[in-house]
Amino acid sequence: MTSVMVSLRGVDKVFPRRKGASTVALEGIDLEIRAGDFVSLLGPSGCGKSTLLRIVGDLLEPTAGTVTVNGKSPSRARHDRDYGMVFQQATLLEWRRVLGNVALPLEVTGMAEPQRSERAREMLKLVELVEFADHYPWQLSGGMQQRVAIARALTLEPSLLLMDEPFGALDEMTRERMQMELMRIWQETQTTVLFVTHSIPEAVFLSTQVVVMTPRPGRVAGIVDIDLPQPRVFETREETKYFDKLVEVREVLRAEEE
Amino acid sequence: MNRLLRRYLAPALVFVAVLAVWEFFVRAFGIQGFLLPPPSEVVRTVSAEWPVVWPAGLFTLREALGGLFGGSIAAIAVAFAVSRWSTIRVGVQPLAVAAGSAPIIALAPITNQWFGITNPVSKMAVVAVMVFFPVMINMVRGLTDVGGAKVELMNSLAAPDFATLWKVRLPNSLPYLLSALRVAVALSLIGAVVTEYFGGSRAALGVYISQQAGLTRMAEAWAGIVVATLLGAGLQLLVMGAERVLIPWHPSRRLTPA
Amino acid sequence: MGGLYRFIPLMVVAAPPISFSNRWLRSMVGFGVVLLVLAGLWEGYKLLGRTDLPLPVRADNRSMPHLWDIVRSIFEPARRGSEETLGWVLTKASLVTFREAVAGFLAGSVIGLGLGLLFVRSPLAERGLMPWVVASQTIPLLAIAPMVVLWAGKYRLPLWIPIAALAAFLSFFPVTVNTIRGLRSPSPTSAELFRSIAASPSQEFRKLRIPAAFPYLFTALKVAAGASVVGTIVGELPSGLPDGLGRQLLTFSYYYSSGPEKLYAAVLFAVLLGLTFVAVVALIERLVIPPTRRVAQ
Repeated sequence: MTSVMVSLRGVDKVFPRRKGASTVALEGIDLEIRAGDFVSLLGPSGCGKSTLLRIVGDLLEPTAGTVTVNGKSPSRARHDRDYGMVFQQATLLEWRRVLGNVALPLEVTGMAEPQRSERAREMLKLVELVEFADHYPWQLSGGMQQRVAIARALTLEPSLLLMDEPFGALDEMTRERMQMELMRIWQETQTTVLFVTHSIPEAVFLSTQVVVMTPRPGRVAGIVDIDLPQPRVFETREETKYFDKLVEVREVLRAEEE
Repeated sequence: MNRLLRRYLAPALVFVAVLAVWEFFVRAFGIQGFLLPPPSEVVRTVSAEWPVVWPAGLFTLREALGGLFGGSIAAIAVAFAVSRWSTIRVGVQPLAVAAGSAPIIALAPITNQWFGITNPVSKMAVVAVMVFFPVMINMVRGLTDVGGAKVELMNSLAAPDFATLWKVRLPNSLPYLLSALRVAVALSLIGAVVTEYFGGSRAALGVYISQQAGLTRMAEAWAGIVVATLLGAGLQLLVMGAERVLIPWHPSRRLTPA
Repeated sequence: MGGLYRFIPLMVVAAPPISFSNRWLRSMVGFGVVLLVLAGLWEGYKLLGRTDLPLPVRADNRSMPHLWDIVRSIFEPARRGSEETLGWVLTKASLVTFREAVAGFLAGSVIGLGLGLLFVRSPLAERGLMPWVVASQTIPLLAIAPMVVLWAGKYRLPLWIPIAALAAFLSFFPVTVNTIRGLRSPSPTSAELFRSIAASPSQEFRKLRIPAAFPYLFTALKVAAGASVVGTIVGELPSGLPDGLGRQLLTFSYYYSSGPEKLYAAVLFAVLLGLTFVAVVALIERLVIPPTRRVAQ
């Protein structure tokens, strides 16, 4: 069963500028994302990958083209709370303790109290931070804060998890640990993930599919299927096939530069 | 304990030194009491005049608090409107800047005519105008300087506007509001005392101070100032206590807002 | 709306900034509109006064003169049988007050700057004195106006000196605070850069810290200018100095019944004086600092 989760057809995004000028951020994007997949949008700064993520998440509107999520319009999907979002910064509300932050989406949807905290606590268990439920965000390290943000994004059991360079602000060691953690969570929750990154190894290690994008204007340069065995583990990074995929993705990027 | 000692020891030593020098200076050079009474005499006078000075202080405190509440509540209400409709801001901002540089104290004779010179409302009105602008400016800042990511997070949850206001903008504005209140509290008491120099009830502290000074009874005048200072310090402590209760999560290391 | 710019890829962010004159024009127009609205509210309230509604302030011409009456009074003689118009009397009074305020402002700024430099250089001085500098502002220091004036009288000093001293007392504090802030504003990495090229401490101070402090300093100077006018007017109240605006305010409130609009005109001049002083400082700021480096108040 491979139903389509996200479908983009002929999507353009043009940002108007002053004095009639405009910037084409995305041009002619056609893309399909299967349910249950882990898809990375990979490309250099300015290639429109974050813009594309935000169009899928209904935080921006496309200038042209159609987008469907779960067979619905993105706006419909957002109001049905089909999305969980994780940003580059953890974006925790600093006046709430960890538990309160994770419970925020549940409050917005109006879940009543005993269940709400219970559910939030479950999510904290998933990211292995239950013992920090009563801490304030500033008392946590950057990696822990980002795990809280992931727990928050997952509380509503979204069918689509949108992640915008979520590990971009972390050091390399923490980053690799977070990648393992994310793989475990993805296995457990079975959600579809759309992941923005500019790190080639990160995209290859995490994804089932890497969408390579190039800038000026933002276009899809190629799509690389990453058929490395699941689950991805520490040793995955040492396999020959992993290196082959790194090379393959790099080739696509280089082909576009020439 | 050690840190506490170090933090308060230096200022305490300076305090004692200033008093000692003052006392010595007055006695050694035989400065007449009506010019500068020695601190020991001020202390004696405070206790002797207490039955008069303290009720006068409370009378003026009531004026200050009335103005503080009225002005702050109006400021907060306007701040909500300004942060919601940015067109209002275009007009209000220059007005706020103008009011910040205008001597609002000059309104005192007008409010004396409006409400009656002995009516506490005439002083409250001036104090309210004084505190209005700093509170409003800070509140607008607190409601709007939220950071795009937090607003985007709420959008991704399809949260209604009032939820964003209640759960994000309002808590975000608390530190801004409290730091404005710290300024406003000091301003309100000084404002009430000085407004009374334009005339006021015989029961008021400002009238007491200016009358005693007019009679060159300096120790009495200083006693009035001591009471005003005590009241001001008490109000400051109240605001600091409120900070402790309301924003325990905030790393308030800032000294004073300029 | 502006928040959207955060999500536009880098290449787009190079959009031309809104030109300064444009924004200035917009806020001036906005200010004008607000003034018109306030004027409308004033006259509208007076119209309400003709009804039987219970109003907190009586709307008759004695309590609230018509705006045009206030303006007209400026061009009429200040006193019966006198040639001088009220406008001329108030202008002279404003100049007297302005001179005192400038003296206080200059003294306060120099003191504030000096304290700021001292505190940045000497942590010991900062620890011992800074709490008192802060406390001095919560003490109703304006309250000592009557006494300061008395001292001057005793030692036969010209009366403008104690008044300027009060203005200085009000204006030094923001300058001290922002001098410290400004001198400490460069990031640790900028300081490290200077150390990495073996710059002397005085070079670091002159080429990094002082330029960095400039925008902060001017923000404080604008606050100080406004405060000095307040200090001057309050200082003039008990001084018996017959020339300044503070005295005019008192006089016209004594003789309120014979010409309420004169008091309003005096208040208007006081407000304009404060605005003018701050505007002058802002103008100097504009000449000294490029617009991109200014700090919002």
